[in-house]
Amino acid sequence: MLLQTHGLTANYGQFRALFGVDIAVAAGECVAIIGANGAGKSTLMRAITGVIRNEPAMVLHRGEPIGALSSAEVMKRGIAMVPEGRRLFPSLSVEENLLIGGQVRKAPGPWNLEAIYELFPILRERRRNPGTALSGGQQQMVAIGRALMSNPELLLCDEISLGLAPVVIRDIYAALPKIRAGGAAIVVVEQDIGKALAVADRVYCMMEGRVTLTAKAADVSRQQIHTAYFGEAA
Amino acid sequence: MYRLTTRTRAGTATAIAVLVLVIAGMALPAFASRGVIQDLFFILTMLTLAQIWNLLAGYGGLVSVGQQAFVGIGAYAMFAGVILLGWNPVWAIPLGGLAALLLAIPTAYFAFRLQGAYFAIGTWVIAEVTRLLVAQWKTLGGGTGTSLPREATSNILGTDLIRALFSVREAAARDILAYWLALVLVVAVTGGIYWLLRSRLGLALSAVRDNVEAARSVGVDAGRIKWAVFLIAAAATGLTGALIFMQTARISPDAAFAVTDWTAYVIFIVVIGGIGTIEGPILGVLVFFVLRSALADYGSWYLMTLGLIAIAVMLFAPKGLWGLISARSGLHLFPVRRKLVGLKIEGGI
Amino acid sequence: MIWLDTLVQGILLGGLYALFAAGLSLVFGIMRLVNLAHGDLIVFAAYLVLMGVTLLGLSPWIAALVAMPLMFGLGWLLQTVVLNRVLGKDILPPLLVTFGLSVALQNGLLEAFSADSRRIPAGSLEGASLDLGLVTVGVMPLLTFASAIVVIVALNGLFYHTALGRAFRATSDDAVTAGLMGIEPKRIFAMATGIAMVVVTIAALYLGMRSNFDPSIGPARLIYAFEAVIIGGLGSLWGTLAGGVIIGVAQTFGAAVNPEWQILAGHIAFLVVMLLKPRGLFPRAVD
Repeated sequence: MLLQTHGLTANYGQFRALFGVDIAVAAGECVAIIGANGAGKSTLMRAITGVIRNEPAMVLHRGEPIGALSSAEVMKRGIAMVPEGRRLFPSLSVEENLLIGGQVRKAPGPWNLEAIYELFPILRERRRNPGTALSGGQQQMVAIGRALMSNPELLLCDEISLGLAPVVIRDIYAALPKIRAGGAAIVVVEQDIGKALAVADRVYCMMEGRVTLTAKAADVSRQQIHTAYFGEAA
Repeated sequence: MYRLTTRTRAGTATAIAVLVLVIAGMALPAFASRGVIQDLFFILTMLTLAQIWNLLAGYGGLVSVGQQAFVGIGAYAMFAGVILLGWNPVWAIPLGGLAALLLAIPTAYFAFRLQGAYFAIGTWVIAEVTRLLVAQWKTLGGGTGTSLPREATSNILGTDLIRALFSVREAAARDILAYWLALVLVVAVTGGIYWLLRSRLGLALSAVRDNVEAARSVGVDAGRIKWAVFLIAAAATGLTGALIFMQTARISPDAAFAVTDWTAYVIFIVVIGGIGTIEGPILGVLVFFVLRSALADYGSWYLMTLGLIAIAVMLFAPKGLWGLISARSGLHLFPVRRKLVGLKIEGGI
Repeated sequence: MIWLDTLVQGILLGGLYALFAAGLSLVFGIMRLVNLAHGDLIVFAAYLVLMGVTLLGLSPWIAALVAMPLMFGLGWLLQTVVLNRVLGKDILPPLLVTFGLSVALQNGLLEAFSADSRRIPAGSLEGASLDLGLVTVGVMPLLTFASAIVVIVALNGLFYHTALGRAFRATSDDAVTAGLMGIEPKRIFAMATGIAMVVVTIAALYLGMRSNFDPSIGPARLIYAFEAVIIGGLGSLWGTLAGGVIIGVAQTFGAAVNPEWQILAGHIAFLVVMLLKPRGLFPRAVD
């Protein structure tokens, strides 16, 4: 397995946000994690990437414990994240925002500045602008490009459609198959069930800090998802 | 019925102990030597300054490195009252508090424009400006300073009575008077701060310290509270400065505005003892005095050690010695935390 | 002509203050840390250079070159071992730690070098001057000013045109997200403090060659540096130079009226700027 979590728990002070979450992602796979607001999806991402630290064995990368590593160390192992809210660096231009993504870890692979500009042509025009001067959709493209610059084995996308217009979401989701074709496994965290199921091989549904459903995206029924998502029969 | 209280058993015991200590302290000059009285005067005045700085930084979040401005201006105002106006030194002490209060207004006006860490150096600049300006005051000795005139020191209010009471010389009588005043001051300042923290203002103060935005949203005027705390602290510091230099009877800009004596030592006392508690400075001043006595012969090694201890405390025990003690024992001698008493709350929170 | 002369001297003095301030400004810009021991670290570096000159017989310039990596290492260690552990939302711990460091350094230097005034011998440069027609300027002040400009150009270049500078800016913007880019914020902070200490060494070289120094003068240098940073506006190195020049000019004019007013005039200039422009002349950073 490329990435596995094992009974992963996470707390914010006294408040427990994750209760023993088990997920697994194989190399090259696309996995969706869906769930309502507050289900613990973003916390799961933060715990995997070392923003929240855990017991070492709660997160495994290729079988090695990485739960206690810093986010920089996790990233250097080839796990890149597109954080919720995009979080571009305001002091950096678009191009610098992209460059910094591949500054520390630069693995061989399909992604470089030129390839990102080909994936999102608008960014080439805007490359001298400050990252935060762009529209929400363009900022999301920068955030994705920034994460790709290190040629990660695994790309974690946290709520990449949040707050964007449907037509913009469509453009961004259109990029995901190309990213997969480049060899990276993808985890998309989504509230939008339809979008998530359309791109994913497998889906996990979370509710109140627990995984409530694990299924193949092709087989899952509306009924199953509804129960897992809301915790009651429809 | 529910009731909010800050009362604890230890708190009540403290109140009784403090009362006993104060009475014993008042009677002490009858038994103690002049050296002991002088040491106690030093401890009490440093404790007063430490409690005030703790109020500013520990409770108010106002990290001032310029408190020497108020010690100095208070002391100089007292000297001006005696030398220029011919007042009795004891009556001139309140003048010191007033002068410090007045200086605090423009100081706050400037320093509050600076955020966080820059506030600290801003207060320091103003202390330097005050020192340089006072050094231009030729009638009070300019840069070299001056002494209280002989006729003023020999006629300090109450010293005749003390001489008769304890049959001591004039200089010793002045020390005893200064010591008594220091005792009154430290009780008043500590008691005042304690009362302040338990009042509505204290609640507002901790709200502001923890989160300015949140405090504002529930109607706490952060700006006004900071002003109030800063002015109160300045006035009390000015009184302390005036008292300290009434005892020494000699002043110079470098001594009265010394950043080491009136700010560095004070910060170390608070940090080592435990910032943000009333017990901390008390413990800190005792540690400070013991260290000072033990290392007195080692000159600057002493200050260096003190600086390093302060760093070590911030690194390994950021709540100071008292923090360590109260974490182990749960002891609060001066409880300021509010507790809900009455019926058990069902179901938990 | 005497006024023009005073003005030129003041501007050149401002170069020295800008050198004092550049390191402070750099560290504040990246990690919002105000190092209260900054002035004492300058004095410490001046003694280090002095030891290179007196003990090893080096020229001051070579001694400063030797001191630079040592000071870089010291800054790196200081940040890694001490300051990184106290950085956080609460500004009190770093302030108190650097204040403790200031007092410890001052007294350590006092114990090691006594309170005697010292000076780094600058050979023929000492007292050398250039006749520029209208005014005559000292070679040393001119060199100081030129060095300040070189330092600022170099720091700006580092900041805006290198990968390290990009990491500095990113970490300053958002340390958590910088971590997701594989950047260790603590390592970046250590680099920044190390670089600040290299600048401190340059400042120390000129401090020691231009005038006498002793262990007690650090805090005053910190204050000048601080005033220059605030006048210039946080985050702008050219603003810091402008701030240094304003303090320098105010001081030389003050001294021309009455030697006792030199320092006072500098402080008053600072207070006046604070009154008129609370965010400084060229504000960049939000805080």
